[in-house]
Amino acid sequence: MTGTTKVRRVGAAKPPTRASKLLQNRWAGIAGLLIALLAPFVNASGYALSVMTSAAIFVMLAAGLNIVVGYCGLLDLGYVAFFAVGAYTSGVLSTRLDLPLLVTVPAVIVVTVIAGIIIGAPTLRLRSDYLAIVTLGFGEIIRITANNLDVTGGPSGIYGIPHLTDSPVVFYYVTVVIVSLAVLGAARLGRSRLGRAWRFVREDEDAAEAMGVHTYRVKLAAYIAGAVWGGLAGVLFAAQLSAISPTSFTFLQSALVLMAVVLGGMGSIPGVVIGAVVISILPEILRDLADYRFFIFGVLLIAVMILRPQGLWPSRSKEVS
Amino acid sequence: MTQLVWNGLFVGSFYALVALGYSMVYGIIKLLNFAHGDLYMLGAFVGFAILGAVGGVSSSMALPLLLVVLLATMVLTGLAGVALERIAYRPLRRAPRLSLLITAVGASFALEYGMRAAAGADPRVYPVRLGGTSVEVLGARLTLQQLVLVGVAVVLMIGLNLLITRTREGRAMRAIALDPRTSSLMGIDVNAVISRTFFLGSALAGAAGVMAGAYYGKIDFLMGFLIGLKAFTAAVIGGIGNIPGTMLGGLLLGLLESFGTFWLGGEWRDVFAFGVLILFLTVRPTGLLGERVTERV
Repeated sequence: MTGTTKVRRVGAAKPPTRASKLLQNRWAGIAGLLIALLAPFVNASGYALSVMTSAAIFVMLAAGLNIVVGYCGLLDLGYVAFFAVGAYTSGVLSTRLDLPLLVTVPAVIVVTVIAGIIIGAPTLRLRSDYLAIVTLGFGEIIRITANNLDVTGGPSGIYGIPHLTDSPVVFYYVTVVIVSLAVLGAARLGRSRLGRAWRFVREDEDAAEAMGVHTYRVKLAAYIAGAVWGGLAGVLFAAQLSAISPTSFTFLQSALVLMAVVLGGMGSIPGVVIGAVVISILPEILRDLADYRFFIFGVLLIAVMILRPQGLWPSRSKEVS
Repeated sequence: MTQLVWNGLFVGSFYALVALGYSMVYGIIKLLNFAHGDLYMLGAFVGFAILGAVGGVSSSMALPLLLVVLLATMVLTGLAGVALERIAYRPLRRAPRLSLLITAVGASFALEYGMRAAAGADPRVYPVRLGGTSVEVLGARLTLQQLVLVGVAVVLMIGLNLLITRTREGRAMRAIALDPRTSSLMGIDVNAVISRTFFLGSALAGAAGVMAGAYYGKIDFLMGFLIGLKAFTAAVIGGIGNIPGTMLGGLLLGLLESFGTFWLGGEWRDVFAFGVLILFLTVRPTGLLGERVTERV
């Protein structure tokens, strides 16, 4: 591991400050959940609820991408494709076959796993940068296919997807609970045996292979896990808007999720959650800067990578380094 | 049939020009420069700005003027590429590959939306338009302008190949591609050569941008995204890092797309191209002319 990066070593060797100890506290997660649960009591207007629900769904996306990028170190630039696959699968099944949304969930899981294998299986054997660009192409393929097929409603998409509940407040709470479970699940996965293997692959793939980690299988597992998280977030998205169209699934979306993961700190669950909330709510606050928003995002990505590659809220490994 | 072949070769020569920059940079520092397609977009806008500054021209002078603008744009886009490397990539040259890739995505974003902030979101119409007389060759209809554009592309590609295989500079580039540290021990100024590589690659992308602007007539700030992807596909088909392979890959992708569009319909063109990419990576990831690269530990 010598000769990797100077910057990262400096960040990791720093003794924990009081602030970072506070952030490391296990109560941080519960505090975050409490804030999310109490937020509707502060402002329960329809607009505020829809912004908060979108933010929660975005958190789930970021948690899923964090498995792929943060834990396993694979760059997925078409992550929104799985989001789209999930949303469209549940949308098509629920509108064409008149199924309730919950019943479509198993189908969504199966379809996203298959999609993950189709893209992951050929590319994960190759150098990691190929994966980045193939996923980028895959994101475009999914969007264009949805745009062209009749069953997905073409450019106008699918509408009339049944809601999970009629009340937006109840739906917000349902979303928060599901997203919390998803975030918790991702965190547990990261601490499991598989999660250790992922981080080993990220740090040094050859060493991991030499130590008996089946790197290909482990990477595929990360990719599929990310796909399922994205697909389930897609179901929530379809349920929230009750209408989906190809314009919701552009490269811009993938880049924003990546931005959230990188900004918060790759591999750090609290960091990623904060990053996702910031990225999804900031545009609502900074409406005047809309023209410069993505420009600033781009510059910020470069700046974070050069100045603070571990992100704003890095994960501190519990293992001896 | 010949029309399809000609269309394919024409589009393919654009892909090849853009893909060369991708391939050169990848060959030397193993970086996928996602912002490369956006340098193509930058070239189109720089050419647009210069043409706007020059003012109105008679149509008889359009072609020579365009060649001058082409050269100026190549220099400016090349410098932009050098600046990009200096600011965004050089500080991270020893960082993990993931950081570099993310930085490249950030650079692509910054270029796209910086241009949007500077020039607006609406497409711009190129002041000089190459249309005109067409000739019939073997049943294919091709215009003089298309011939000139393909000619310029071929001249640039041959020039680049000579530069890389026959000159001192090219030898230095190939040496760095093999082993940067040893090259620097042998007295090669690695940073300077990488800068010049970026200059060349970006200049070629800028040239393709101006040519596309003059031919299609419309430019916008996202025009580089798709062609960046296509150029990468072309580079992979031919063998990334391999210069003749990349040219071949560009032409081949153009042909494949041309026939794919004919069989499947235009709305599936991009899906077809990326499908070919995924297929190629599955069957022959090193490309047609690429050699097997083993990752050093």
